[in-house]
Amino acid sequence: MSLQDYTVSRSSNAARIAAVVAALVLIALIAAPWWAGRAEMRLMGELFLYLALASLWNLMAGYAGLVSVGQQAYVGFGGYMLFALTMFAGLHPIAAIAAAGLLGALASIPVAVLIFRLRGAYFAIGTWVIAEVFRLGFAQVSALGGGSGSSLPVAVVKSLASKRAMREALSYWLALGAAVVVVTAVYLFLRSRKGLALTAIRDNELAAGSLGIDIWRTKFTVYVVTSALTAMIGALIFLQKLRISPDAAFSVNDWTAFVIFIVVIGGIGTIEGPIIGTLVFFALRETLADLGTTYLIVLGVVAIVMMLKAPKGIWGVIRSRYDLQLFPLGYRVIAPKPDNGA
Amino acid sequence: MPDPILQTQGLDAYYNDFQALYGVDMHVGKGEVLAIIGANGAGKTTLMRSITGLLSNGPGQISYHGEDISQLRADEVAWRGLAMVPEGRQLFPSLSVRENLMIGAQVGRKGPWTLEAVYKLFPILDERKDQQSTSLSGGQQQMVAIGRALMANPDLILFDEISLGLAPIIIKDIYDALPGIIGEGMSAIIVEQDISKALSVSSRVYCLQEGRISLEGASDTVSREEISRAYFGIE
Amino acid sequence: MDWLNAIVQGTLLGGLYALFAAGLSLIFGVMRLVNIAHGDLIVLAAYLGLTVTTATGLHPLLALLIVVPTMGVIGYVLQRQLLNQTLGDDLLPPLLVTFGLSVILQNALLEFYTADPQKMDAGALETASFAVGGLTLGVLPVLTFGVAVLVIWGLQWTFYHTAIGRAFRAVSDNQDIAQLMGLNRRHVFGLAMALALGVTAIAGILLGIRTSFDPSIGGGRLIFGFEAVIIGGLGNLWGTLAGGVILGVAQTVGAKIDPGWQILAGHLAFLFILAVRPNGLFPRIDA
Repeated sequence: MSLQDYTVSRSSNAARIAAVVAALVLIALIAAPWWAGRAEMRLMGELFLYLALASLWNLMAGYAGLVSVGQQAYVGFGGYMLFALTMFAGLHPIAAIAAAGLLGALASIPVAVLIFRLRGAYFAIGTWVIAEVFRLGFAQVSALGGGSGSSLPVAVVKSLASKRAMREALSYWLALGAAVVVVTAVYLFLRSRKGLALTAIRDNELAAGSLGIDIWRTKFTVYVVTSALTAMIGALIFLQKLRISPDAAFSVNDWTAFVIFIVVIGGIGTIEGPIIGTLVFFALRETLADLGTTYLIVLGVVAIVMMLKAPKGIWGVIRSRYDLQLFPLGYRVIAPKPDNGA
Repeated sequence: MPDPILQTQGLDAYYNDFQALYGVDMHVGKGEVLAIIGANGAGKTTLMRSITGLLSNGPGQISYHGEDISQLRADEVAWRGLAMVPEGRQLFPSLSVRENLMIGAQVGRKGPWTLEAVYKLFPILDERKDQQSTSLSGGQQQMVAIGRALMANPDLILFDEISLGLAPIIIKDIYDALPGIIGEGMSAIIVEQDISKALSVSSRVYCLQEGRISLEGASDTVSREEISRAYFGIE
Repeated sequence: MDWLNAIVQGTLLGGLYALFAAGLSLIFGVMRLVNIAHGDLIVLAAYLGLTVTTATGLHPLLALLIVVPTMGVIGYVLQRQLLNQTLGDDLLPPLLVTFGLSVILQNALLEFYTADPQKMDAGALETASFAVGGLTLGVLPVLTFGVAVLVIWGLQWTFYHTAIGRAFRAVSDNQDIAQLMGLNRRHVFGLAMALALGVTAIAGILLGIRTSFDPSIGGGRLIFGFEAVIIGGLGNLWGTLAGGVILGVAQTVGAKIDPGWQILAGHLAFLFILAVRPNGLFPRIDA
């Protein structure tokens, strides 16, 4: 046997099987308006949007090391941009969603310049301050309802589709599409050279810097792109809710606490993690939500226990036991099969 | 022979999966000055970290005053009368010279070493006692580090590479003072890369080579040739 | 005159913010930990004060005698049982664990006390005031400011003139060597957290006398404390007092322009300082 007999592959059998299963599941999900009820579609739509938010937060925190407890700033920003652009600029809702993303990117640039001066946990709290500034700022805008908020005008809602069933299907497909786009984008990014640079920074910032990777610029780019996509998701969320207010738009609980929970439980720093985390979160919510505050306490306890006992999350435990990677990111060296009598 | 104050038996030490010490057997007698020499990476500092409890080891591998200390925390070992002058001095930057010395006395053991005694030994420290410890010269910092260890009034004091980074004249001064420092009844282990200095103040010497003891002998009779062979691992 | 009044009131408010910040600053200095649940612990102290005063009829300031040691013990146990496990090089565990703790605290308080706003009754103290050169100063704000100065002076004294203060500084400098000196770092960290929560208890009681509180305001108090620390500069307790004062003045001046602008003005002042002096005004250590 010589070195030529060894091959290097990105994928594995598990990943190929998972890809086929995922394609089948996706087809079933696309067909949901024909087999699922209204409430189920609403629930799944919410699930997809949370999955998208969680994947984005995971990219920032698990890969770029930027732990933000202020992403609600962009969720609310996106929501308010949707309302503003449809109500005052006459944009079609879908165009408004895209524009919200662009504006979110623009808004995130000066924010990043400011808060990148802080590090670690202080950076985290800084992001929270920014979210508060957004919340207080938007509460001052009376044209958008001030402190009590406003509802999306019927005309705008109807412009999406005239029949309610069509609107709900459209909302659902937009949410599903958002989740697929975000997860795919994150996956492709991490497979690319830029993504490799990011993983290097995550693993050892000092070493990465000495290899010539521009750390500040990489983190900055990740922050801006993540914020832009988060703003688009925010626009989608409030398109579904049809009503916005500063407290709902910039809620720490809804858009940060739950998202963090999802990522921690599922497995931070992996692509599979947020998927598992979202499923677990919704399973818990459907079974426990009646308990109100107790439910949140349970979430908090579970998150703490996971962080201390299984910091890599559920997927981390699965991955270390079975050496699985469903989204192939690394390179595998495959040894040739031994000859008889070799 | 009277019981040794410190003894290791089959000491293995690991940094995660990497094994740094392999079955090290050594001992120090009461009132004895022992030298441990070896090249960089031979395992000298690992041995010191194991003895002081900074590195945890398997049970029954290190005993001090007859007690098994292999699994104790470093602060628990310090309370039993073991002090170290760490490699690279490692003074506390937030503490002044005087405060660095005072924190050495944290364990509260009674003995001849008090602040006044340390100032008498190293008068320059008295002059600079309220200065930030890291603003002193290398040699002066070494004096603070030694004084800090003495303030614990230990039975066994470890000197980990005290000549590192110091000018020859300073090294000579410190080594000239050592016999006076290691007073009656105190045992000492001197870890050094500077072989002649280490042999000059000690009665016995071990040589470590790639995690194993490669030589044990009396400091005044061991030959250059034996040392070279043991140091470099040449058969 | 009105503006002078606003500035004076803001300065006194800064004393309260400095008390919010002192515990945060202490913990970061000793163990490089930022406790996201810090604001909720201030609120916890206020609720403990409420329970003590309603159960015993004691004046809130006297309730300090019970609440401060209680919070101290809570701090010690919290550090040794939970937070010590999160310390290390990785930044995520302490952040996420204290975030989880914040969620648990807020909701536990909601369970116990409901979301109704509460306030402690301090009697005449709340409205008493005296005149100084044309200005009217409330006794409570002046007392709060005085307490803040006293607490910070006390903390400085502890850090630089006591054995435990030396231990704090040594352990924060070099944990390994500090252990060689016979210091049990887990115990030292526990004591640091106990001290920090004792200070936090004082902040909580004074808050509870001054305004109404409910389980959800913890996050806001954390942010005020954090802003005071960053404006003042890390590692400097007197700087934190200055930071609190600047924040308080920014808020009261902002409120003068438009009452709805009070908190936003504070945030904007913070962001401004972050932009022009990222290390704060009187920094002693790097972030």
